[in-house]
Amino acid sequence: MTALALLPELTVSRHNPLVDPHLHIWEWQIPVYLFFGGLVAGLMIIAGVRLIALRPQQREALVCCTIGPLIGLTFLSVGMFTLFLDLSHKLYVWRLYTTFQITSPMSWGSWILLLVYPALGANALAHLPEAIPALAKRFPVLVTISDFILARVQWVVGIGVANVMVGIALGIYTGILLGALGARPLWNSAVLGPLFLFSGLSTATAVLHGILVITTPDDERPAFADFLLSALTQLTQARPLDKNIGPVLARADNSFLTIELALLGLFLLGHLTSTGIHQAAAGLLLTGSYAAVFWVFVIGMGIVLPLVLQSLELQDRIRHAIAPVILVVFGGIALRFILVYAGQESHWFQALN
Amino acid sequence: MSRFAMVIDTRRCVGCQDCVVACKTENGVPEGYCRDWITEEAHGAFPTVQLEIRSERCNHCDHPPCVSCCPTGASHIHERGGVVLVTHDKCIGCKACLAACPYDARFIHPDGYADKCTFCIHRVEQGLNPACVSVCPTHCMHFGDIDDPHSEVSLLLNSRAHHALLPDAGTKPCIFYLT
Repeated sequence: MTALALLPELTVSRHNPLVDPHLHIWEWQIPVYLFFGGLVAGLMIIAGVRLIALRPQQREALVCCTIGPLIGLTFLSVGMFTLFLDLSHKLYVWRLYTTFQITSPMSWGSWILLLVYPALGANALAHLPEAIPALAKRFPVLVTISDFILARVQWVVGIGVANVMVGIALGIYTGILLGALGARPLWNSAVLGPLFLFSGLSTATAVLHGILVITTPDDERPAFADFLLSALTQLTQARPLDKNIGPVLARADNSFLTIELALLGLFLLGHLTSTGIHQAAAGLLLTGSYAAVFWVFVIGMGIVLPLVLQSLELQDRIRHAIAPVILVVFGGIALRFILVYAGQESHWFQALN
Repeated sequence: MSRFAMVIDTRRCVGCQDCVVACKTENGVPEGYCRDWITEEAHGAFPTVQLEIRSERCNHCDHPPCVSCCPTGASHIHERGGVVLVTHDKCIGCKACLAACPYDARFIHPDGYADKCTFCIHRVEQGLNPACVSVCPTHCMHFGDIDDPHSEVSLLLNSRAHHALLPDAGTKPCIFYLT
């Protein structure tokens, strides 16, 4: 009774959605942009590593270092377009590239995004004729470019390293973009950088896994209807994971998901052992208004379930299916949406209470 | 170097919103928006209840997170008095500054750029007080240079108990409330 009576009561004369930023700072465009940014970062890192350590006879390696970057370029463009949609002063977007603000994560990000296009493009061109022979027949210049790159080992290593470095920078940037905003306690954690990086890596691995499954020649591939059915009936029939369709990717994805889960734990632990406003911010995810969607969509369906399914697949205890791939991608999207929306609800004025 | 600050006597403020109307009129703030506002905060348990009425706005912080996060340099610290301003034709409307401000002092103007209190710098450069200060009927608002030990604001801060908003946010706000 006394505690309740002692609570301060705030009356502010301006509560309206036109002015109050916490009601309308960032909406769906930003989590979508962050998702595609993380995904492209993951695709870059995987593409760079596979380019350096390529075994051309492996379809998986060719998809990782050629098809992945091509899709990444598309995803990046979609992400940048959603970012553009979020801007309220759109005609002035070119101002981003008239300056470099060293203290602004968004300024770093806008320049990093420009580096992504040439790095991913070069990675894709190195083995494009092998990955898509029909395209090389139509445009012979692609063969010339590929031969030029592959004849120079330093170029191949340089392109691979550039993709890994820029990918890491891009992935971490998508987290630091939020983490640097101290006014929103839920975001105010350095762990968000590596968390979004590893989430991006797991999503990218899942996407590449999905591409491998879908592009497998018909005689090796179950019918599309079987894909859908297998998502529901994985436990009914044991079938070994096709050696050409990603045991490497499934293992890598499990590693990334495990690290992501650990980083989420550290993220929450950091908040729970910090100040009252940070504890209240973590409460939004743990027991508050975002708890149900966080536990079910991010932790349950986005991380734990695909982790378990892929582990069972690798042990040949359940049939290989596309369900974990879909779940991981869904979890990556859910993580960004929930963190962006919950972060905007966390506030320093909670300190007054 | 001068450092402009505002000192507001919460024992005199009656929350009449004249400052809000003066600001809207002086700066042409569009209908439905405001650069300053009134907050009433009640503390304690009956019968020892305290009410503090505050006229709030951008705190023109010494360490403004809205400036450090701006990707284009649109948000900047003015050379005179350390006032935090926005150059409209440099602002892309990314809203990072809105997210970075712990006081929620900024908003997006209908024309697309981030907007907020300017301490009426156009008036101050002519030797006038900000519009909100000049119209206050209870004379509870004071404006001046806190780097000048003889200024009215410095003398008030030296003689009266005061507080700033969210000092733990580390932004070093330059609006002080006398208690």
